[in-house]
Formats: sequence, C-alpha cells, structure tokens
Amino acid sequence: MSALRFVAGRLAGLVATLLIVSFLVYGALFLAPGSPIAYLTRGRTTSPQDVAAIQAQYHLDKPFLVQYWLWLKGALHGDLGRSIIYRQDVTGLLGERAVNTCFLVVAAAAVILVVGLPLGVLAGLRPGWLDRGILLGATGAMAVPAFVAAVVLVSVFAVQLRWFPVFGQGQGLGPRIHHLILPAAALALSFGAYVARLTRAAVRAELASEHVQTAESRGIPRAALVRRHVLRNASIPIVTVSGLTVGGLIAGAVVVEQAFQLNGLGSYLIAAVGQKDFPVVQAITLLFVTAFVVINTLVDLSYVRLDPRLRQGANR
Amino acid sequence: MTLSAAAVPDAPAAATGSRARRSGRWFSRLGVGGWVAVAVLAAVLLTALLGPLFVTTDPNSVNLSYAYVGPIPGHPLGFDGQGRDLFARLLHGARTALIGPAIVVAVSTVLGAAVALVAAWVGGAVDAVVARVTDAMFAFPGLLLALLAVSLFSPGVVVAAVALSISYTPYTARIVRSAALKERSLPYVAALDVQGFGAGRIVVRHILPNILVTVVAVATLSFGYALIDLAALSFTGLGVQPPQSDWGVMVAEGVTGIIAGYPQESLFAGGLIVVTVGAVNFLGDRIEGASGDPR
Amino acid sequence: MTALLQVEGLRVHLPVEGRPRRVLHDVSFEVAAGEALGVVGESGSGKSMTARAIGRLLPAGARAEGVVRFAGEDVLRLGGQALRRYRSGGVAMIFQDPRAHINPVRSVGDFLTEGLRTHQRLGRADATRRAVELLADVGIEDGAHRMGQYPHELSGGLLQRVMIAAALAAAPRMLLADEPTTALDVTTQSEVMAILDRLRREHGMAMVFITHDLELAGAVCDRTAVMYAGSIVEQNASARLHSHPLHPYTQGLVRARPDIAATTRLVAIPGQPLSAYEAGDGCAFAARCGYRTDPCTTQVPPLRPWGGGWTSCLRVAEIADRLAPGVEEASHG
Repeated sequence: MSALRFVAGRLAGLVATLLIVSFLVYGALFLAPGSPIAYLTRGRTTSPQDVAAIQAQYHLDKPFLVQYWLWLKGALHGDLGRSIIYRQDVTGLLGERAVNTCFLVVAAAAVILVVGLPLGVLAGLRPGWLDRGILLGATGAMAVPAFVAAVVLVSVFAVQLRWFPVFGQGQGLGPRIHHLILPAAALALSFGAYVARLTRAAVRAELASEHVQTAESRGIPRAALVRRHVLRNASIPIVTVSGLTVGGLIAGAVVVEQAFQLNGLGSYLIAAVGQKDFPVVQAITLLFVTAFVVINTLVDLSYVRLDPRLRQGANR
Repeated sequence: MTLSAAAVPDAPAAATGSRARRSGRWFSRLGVGGWVAVAVLAAVLLTALLGPLFVTTDPNSVNLSYAYVGPIPGHPLGFDGQGRDLFARLLHGARTALIGPAIVVAVSTVLGAAVALVAAWVGGAVDAVVARVTDAMFAFPGLLLALLAVSLFSPGVVVAAVALSISYTPYTARIVRSAALKERSLPYVAALDVQGFGAGRIVVRHILPNILVTVVAVATLSFGYALIDLAALSFTGLGVQPPQSDWGVMVAEGVTGIIAGYPQESLFAGGLIVVTVGAVNFLGDRIEGASGDPR
Repeated sequence: MTALLQVEGLRVHLPVEGRPRRVLHDVSFEVAAGEALGVVGESGSGKSMTARAIGRLLPAGARAEGVVRFAGEDVLRLGGQALRRYRSGGVAMIFQDPRAHINPVRSVGDFLTEGLRTHQRLGRADATRRAVELLADVGIEDGAHRMGQYPHELSGGLLQRVMIAAALAAAPRMLLADEPTTALDVTTQSEVMAILDRLRREHGMAMVFITHDLELAGAVCDRTAVMYAGSIVEQNASARLHSHPLHPYTQGLVRARPDIAATTRLVAIPGQPLSAYEAGDGCAFAARCGYRTDPCTTQVPPLRPWGGGWTSCLRVAEIADRLAPGVEEASHG
C-alpha cells in the first residue's frame, strides 16, 4: 500500500517542480530590462499589427498570473507560441528538430550503457591493473568537455582519417547513423566516464558488504553471487547516476549539435538566443527542463521496484 | 562487523568542542598525485595572473600573412587563422577562462553553504522549503539557465557567471546540508547546545570548521564544472565575445583551422581546458578522500 | 578419535595502513565432533579473525599461515569445488549483525532457500517447504508468511533466528558463531541462545562460539578458550575456567563481571587491550599483569598443559591458588 503512497508523492513532486519551473521560464520575460513588449520587439522593425499580435500572444494586457496560466494552458495543449522571427507556430518549427535531438541523446545514452556501464562493473569486480587503468582513463575522460571531444574527434576521424563526415545529419537511416556516430561519441565521453566511475564505486561497495560475505560463507558460486547480490544491490545507485546523466546529456546535446551543425533543438536554441526569438527560447527551455524532470521522476519511481524498503514508507 | 581485529576503539569525542578535530587531516589526504594537481593549478593560475605582464606580444594583432604559420622564434606556438600569436592568445585566454569559474564558485559556495547551514540547523518548514526549491532548481542544468539569462540580457561572461552561480547554489547547498545534518547529530553539538551556547556560535565555530573539508571539496569540483560550462558557452559564441581570447572561443574559432588541416588552435586551447579541469577534478577527489581507491 | 577441527599454529597477517601486521599469533586448538568451544576475548584479541580464518572469510589482503584441518582436509589450501563443499555442508557461519548480513533487497524466503536451491538442487516448492520447516525449528511458526517478507520488516531477534535457520539448512557438521547475540537486547539474547543451544545439541553439531562474554561462553560451551593479543592464553573446561582460572587475564575477566550479590567495588584490569602486533617482547599481557616478574617480559610464553587445562602463564605453578577469584590481586613490582 505504501508503494502507492510513494508513487503518488513522487508524481505530486513532479507536478510541483514543473509548475515552479514553468513559472520561472515564463516569468523570466519580466526580468529583461525594459517592458516585456519593448524587449520582445527590440532591434526589429515592427508594424503596429505585429506589436498588437505580440501583445495578444502574451496576453500582456491581463494580470501576470492570468498571463502565466493562459500560457501554461496553451503549452499543455501543444501551443508554444509564435516565433517572432519566422512568424510561425513554434511547435511546428520544433517538430523535426526534436526528433533529431532525441536521436542524438538516445545514441549517446546507448554508448554509455554499452561501454561505460560494463567498464565500470568490470573495474569494480576485478581489482588490479585493469581496474586502475579504467579508473585513470575515466578520470581523464571526465575532464574532456563535450565540445572539446567533438573538436578532437572531428580533427582525427573526419578530417585526418576521413572515416566520418564532419557536419550535418544525412538522409536515410544508414547515413543518419553514420553522421551520428561522432556526435554521439563526443557527447557520451565525459558522461560515460562519470557513469563508469560511479558504477565501479557502487560495485566495489557492494562487493565488500557484509551480506555478500554471508553469501560467500555459504559457498554460493561467484557468478551467482555477483549477479544476485552485488549487481542487484548496486543497481540502485547506478540507476540514480543514470538519471542524473541523462539530464547532463540533454544540456550537452546543445553544444554538440552546434559543433556538428546538427539540426536539433539545441542548435536551434542557440540560434534563437542569438536572434532574440524569445518564444522559441522559452519553448525549448521548457521542453528540455520538462524532459529532465520527467526522466528523473521515472528514475525515482523505478526505486519502488528495486528497493523493497521503500514500499513500507521511510527508508530504514 | 569490523573486518580488522586491530581496531582499538577510539576514545569518545569529549563534549569540550571539537573545532580542530578534522581540519588538519586533509592536507595529508592529498598524496603525491594531489600535490601534482596543486602544482599544475598553481602554474596555470600564476601564468594567467602574471603571464601577460611578461609576454608582451599582442594577442589581438591581426596579420593575415601569418595565418596558420607554425612556430618561429619569438612565437613558440605559431599563429591562428588570423595571424594572431597563439601563445599570447592562450595566455590572455587563461584569465577569462579562470575568472568566470572563480566568481561562480565563490558566490555559489558562500550562498549555498549559508542556506544549507541555516536549513540544517533550523529544520522544520524552512528546511522543507529549501529542499523543495533546491529540487526545482536541479531541474535547470547550468548551461540552460545561462542561455536563458543571455537571451534576456546580452551575451557575455558576467551574465553567464551570475546565471551559473544561481544554478550551482542548490548543488552546493544539498551536499553541505547533508554534511551539516550529519555533524549536527553528533553528541558534542547537543552538549554545546545544553551548555547554553547560541546557535550562531555553534554553527560558525564548531559545525562549519568540521565540515569545511566537504565544502572545499564541493567548491573544487564546482570550479571544474563551471569552467566547462562557461567555456562551452563561449564556444557557442554567447559567452566571452570575440575578439577577446578565451579558451572556449579559441576552440570554436579553431574549427575552420581543423578543416583546413591546422588543428593547433583548437587542440591547444582544448588541451589546456582538459588539463586544468583534470587537475581540479583530481584535487577535488583527493580532498574528498574518495579518489576511488579505497585504502 | 581425531577431532573434527584441528587448528595448529594459525598465524594471520592483515594489512593495517598499508603494512602487514600480525593479528593472530600461533593459535592452536581442537574441537571434537558435537563439542562446543567458546572463544572469549576483548577487541583486538583476534577471536573474530580466528573464526574467519576457519571459515575462509578473511578480508582481502590478509595472509593466513599454519594448518586448519576439518575432517582431515586442510581448509586453508582448499579451492574451487572443494571449498564450496566445505562451506555448504561442512561449516556454517552465523554473524553478529543480522541486519547487515542479510541482503536487504531480497526476501527472507530468498535468503533461506538460496543455499538449498544452489547446493542441494531443490526445486522452488521443495526448497520453500524445507525453509518453512527450518523456520518452525527456530520458533517462527508463521513461516509461510515470513518467507514473503523482507528483512527490514523483522526485528533483530527474528532476523537472527532466520540466520540460524539458514545456517542449519545445509546440515553442517560445525557452526561458527561470531558474537551472534551481541547486537541484540538481553531478553532476546537469551531466547536466541536457547534456540541455538538446543538445535546444536539436537543435530549433534560442533560449534566454535566467539564472544566477549565469558559467562555466556560458560553457559553454552563445554570448553572455553581465552584469547589475548592474538594468542590463546588459557583453555579449559568451562566450569573449571570460572572456578580455577589458570591465567591472570582470565582471573581479571572473571572478577570484572558484575554480580548482583557483590557489595565490593568491581576490579577492572588496568590499561587497554592490545592487538598482536602492538605487543612487545615477552608475554603480551605482562604490562597489565599484577603478577609479572622479569622473565615475563623477556620470553613469549607458550601454551602448555597444566592442571587439566592449558595456560600460557609462566608463573602458573606458583600462583595457581592465588588466581581463584575472590583473592586480592597481588600488588605490582
């Protein structure tokens, strides 16, 4: 029964956080110097009709909270405003780009799961030179920001070796994957290293724990011991790290998309900031933050499955 | 439960206060690697501060006939795509690359620690509110907040640094809060409380010094993250503005060079970022006492 | 008849702050089939290490030398299949803190049946049935319900009973009990000890019972060995150990126990207990001993038979009658 209470609590927290965050994103407009309308029309030649349109779009004649509520309602219905630059619905402008960003983030996550996680487990299970090597490598890789990794990868693999294209995302599934490899690798590098290190620490901690000693003392074979006790218990902190990492991936995707000139939400965000197309900036920021919060909530909810202690309420 | 039979139980912590209980130890936790990291960082810092005084080459003087020329006497690293001296640019770029993170760390650490200490001591509704707000702020990756801020005001390091400071405060606050809570539950705090010492005095003169190691560790790691975030922002053109040299800017400007077959600018600037962040991370790990190599 | 367990010259080194330090110094004793031996000592005495060495559970980096023979096999040299057989049918260990030693994210039923399913190849239904029987043996009647519960839902005493039940599942010939009741409150302690004692006798199992409580060891064990600084300083039948200690340390332990009828001040042993590597030349206890003389500080005294038991006190012949508790301790020097 308490599992239900835990889930309900987390969902309530999700809604609360989203409300706070969306409030911030909307209210940010009013932090800009000058009045909102002055800010939104700054640096552009605008006709009175344009001004009136913007006024209507943002309901600037109404009280602040009503404005926020109307905007939020619109967002929930898929209306993310109109781009000032393109005079089109933002939602339409984002559609394909969102798909591209998804591809990138999923690809990077796949690399982390397939490379980073197993390396961390390996390092945790086998102390020795392999472990030290992986630790050293991971510590070094963590210091390489995604954009530096992008630039190095481009230099070596695209320009020198010509194995991969430099920019763009290609047409068709095959070329798209081909174009995605370097960006995914650049994005995955530092986060994968972080995951590897934490996985290693979690596995090590479990391996040294007393309940594993009990299993050892009963003659449980090593393979079963690792699977049923070490990995099973380490999965909790590992899942935690994974949730945080996805958030970092979303932020890192912004820079990687710019570096590789991929047509995604991230590169569009940067362009919109440069062009001062605030509705677009708001919309993309809101999307990113929502994704981040939703993913973390899903991670939290998975704990109910993984940790029976939560089903009773407080963690003992 | 203890694996080592050699453990002789420690004398219980006296209620006479424990200000210097653990503060001396962190120097010894550094180890060889830790001191190497300190040396590297000191070198970078000194070069950033004093370098421009000694190296008089102008980092901004453009001379297209020298574009991508390799090292020549007086110009140890050669030139970038606009014929500007790379060495001078890297040197001057160090300043902008390091000042931003320093500001971010200073503000977020002080603010985050203060908020955390208050929340940990007062508890109750204050603590709950702080926890909720912290959670909400966590939803905003630093870079996104910086982008939002830049779009509201104008591109530049100051705006970005302020935004990042706000973004990093909850990170610091969360870690300092759990350390403070743990410290607060120790018997000597209750003893001091009962003896009539005021909350401020207990927190500042007893709790804070004992969790100082944690605060320093968090600050160190935050420096690395801030450096990366600010450099990334400069890379996108929304942070430090050209023609000012900054490592992030140089990585971006060097991309045309890479395609033309001259990767020096990007690689040197990127390398400096990696070395600095690596040293900072390593140092932060050591200070935390959790380098991953359990003793 | 040869003893079930023979420990000869067991020496263990542990890395302490990077350097190998001796924690067990030449430990030797025997346990016959069905017999219970209590091993008593304070922290640092090496009693836990002894149990772990026998159970092949020394921490990483530890080095064990000497001979530990169980049913004729040298346990310290076992590996692979043979080691698993030893652990799953020869010896079973019961640990001090059941909450730390049972996997918190797996059910009680999983804990009980893991060994049965792995070693005895029982199917799930058979293993469950057997586990419920075992729970009944330790006094848990609603076994079927308990099987589905998780460790955090059970009290410390119940969990320790579960641990005992699991140890019995493999029908071991010897139990290694490492302070099984230390983490429990006193009432629960006696319940759990009663169950352990009864089951041990019913199944005819031998036991090595580690504890810091001399009186508890005396209550459940036929013989008791007292350890100090990594060595056994005295071994005797439990009753005689209490009434006629053959070593000043044992005398100190006996006298330090609070007695409800006593009206005089408790006599504590001055000083702090040592680990093996902290002891200097000569007898490790000499620094705290009221009977020490010069030879005590120069030679390391061996464990020798005397008066029906074993002792490592050099002066036992002279001071035996003074060691009986109740006699005032001799002054120093």
